[in-house]
Amino acid sequence: MRTENKTEVIVVGGGPAGIACAVTIARAGREVILIERGNFAGSKNVFGGAIYAQPTREIFPDFEKTAPLERKNIIHKYALLGEEDSTEVTYRNNDENAVSYSVFRGKFDRWMADEAEKEGVILVTETVVEDLIVDDGQVVGVKTELEDYYANIVVLADGVNSLLARKVGLRENISPYDVAVSVKEVIKLDKDKINDRFHLNDDEGCVYQLFGGSMLGMLGLGFIYTNKDSVSIGLGVTLNELVENKVKPYELLDKIKAHPSIAPLIKDGELLEYSAHLIPEGGYNCLPELFADGVMIVGDAAMLVNNLHWEGTNLAMMSGKYAAETALQALVEEDYTSEILCRYQQRLEQSFVLKDLKTYKDLMDVMHSRCASFLGYFPQKINEFFKMFTSVDSVPKKEKYRNFLKSVFKDRNPLELIKDGGNLLKLLWSILK
Amino acid sequence: MSIDEKLFTVKSVPDNVSHLNPDENECRCCESKACTFVCPANVYEWDEENQKLIVNYENCLECGACRIACERQSLDWEYPKGTKGVKFKLG
Repeated sequence: MRTENKTEVIVVGGGPAGIACAVTIARAGREVILIERGNFAGSKNVFGGAIYAQPTREIFPDFEKTAPLERKNIIHKYALLGEEDSTEVTYRNNDENAVSYSVFRGKFDRWMADEAEKEGVILVTETVVEDLIVDDGQVVGVKTELEDYYANIVVLADGVNSLLARKVGLRENISPYDVAVSVKEVIKLDKDKINDRFHLNDDEGCVYQLFGGSMLGMLGLGFIYTNKDSVSIGLGVTLNELVENKVKPYELLDKIKAHPSIAPLIKDGELLEYSAHLIPEGGYNCLPELFADGVMIVGDAAMLVNNLHWEGTNLAMMSGKYAAETALQALVEEDYTSEILCRYQQRLEQSFVLKDLKTYKDLMDVMHSRCASFLGYFPQKINEFFKMFTSVDSVPKKEKYRNFLKSVFKDRNPLELIKDGGNLLKLLWSILK
Repeated sequence: MSIDEKLFTVKSVPDNVSHLNPDENECRCCESKACTFVCPANVYEWDEENQKLIVNYENCLECGACRIACERQSLDWEYPKGTKGVKFKLG
């Protein structure tokens, strides 16, 4: 038996999934090494973004007392951006119980990793895992730039690109249809300006979901999150849309920032940091093999993202926790093969993680085939409706309604309308059945 | 604001060798040259005169879009060494 450079569990990647996994193992008194390629946990990570309170409490029960949080989100806004106009829906809830907080990954992930270290996780930074060591079909360790480390179990939390999952054959090449390219700008603004512009008090936050605008008809969404004294604005658009439309992601964002409904929100702001990242969007139909002998895959590396609800870090944390609980059982039974590790997948299937992904398994197919209408034609039509409804021009209202209804059938092939309706029903049925 | 000005806000420690290595022969046959527009950091430029892909790897934000978009799947894409590459302060 190898004893040198050998530990019980190695976790590759210090994001929410990896940290949740490592700290759960350490709390059970087992030895765990968390390997992060960045200078510190979070230094390679980007999201919108907000973390969710309840799932984060599952890993760090008292995180609200000491974690670097920006604002507690109390407003959710949905804006359908036309070329120049927009229709917005706002949901506001001043409930004491937080659902989510805006955070910066560079600060929050680092805080989580510090906490994990206090609880016994051995954190190794600035180290790239280049390959996995496989012995007789079983993963038994990792190769880094400097040396090899061995473990009973390796957990891959190495993010959306997960080169390691591909190297050991647990995942096929990713298709441009299954990832979104996200670009984001953090823009410095006075706290008072943010409070005024977004109708907030101190420490209260607002989340914007932006449809259309420069992305009209493309499968992509924009976002705005408020931080203490800055605003994060960005978008994610599926990679195939960029390829097919030959557009640059940051140019799409520039256009969104210039939209008449958005520009006043960020006026006179100063760019603090530009960033970009991929979002795994493929969902249930694109999951890799989640386990094999000696190895489990968690978080973005396993494509665990619920794109409709903008949930990712929560699926990451919970998958990390389930992988840890499975690893702890394997360590007790001293069996690190798929026989035991398959329980990780069972745990995911019994939880909201795979239940939710399964609920939305047809979403991406429908959206890919109908995004020109669902994210182009209809949002524009809703704006046109309100333009008609709010206009005062001495034309009788009945005539206006009739003209509007006629326009729906005139500017759109009836067959396309039937397809839209059919796809919508198909989607609703797949969600509710 | 130009993309170069945006990239100026990103902290990064460049390596002296590229972690992005396209297969030049494949690039010459590539029709879409998708990497030259999907990249959020404008890393890739096509040099028409020399029929060569210019790779400004030091601007790379390590997202991986180019690797997946490469129509000929001929981009050797690796993470920069542990001490190198992008360092997001906020992210």
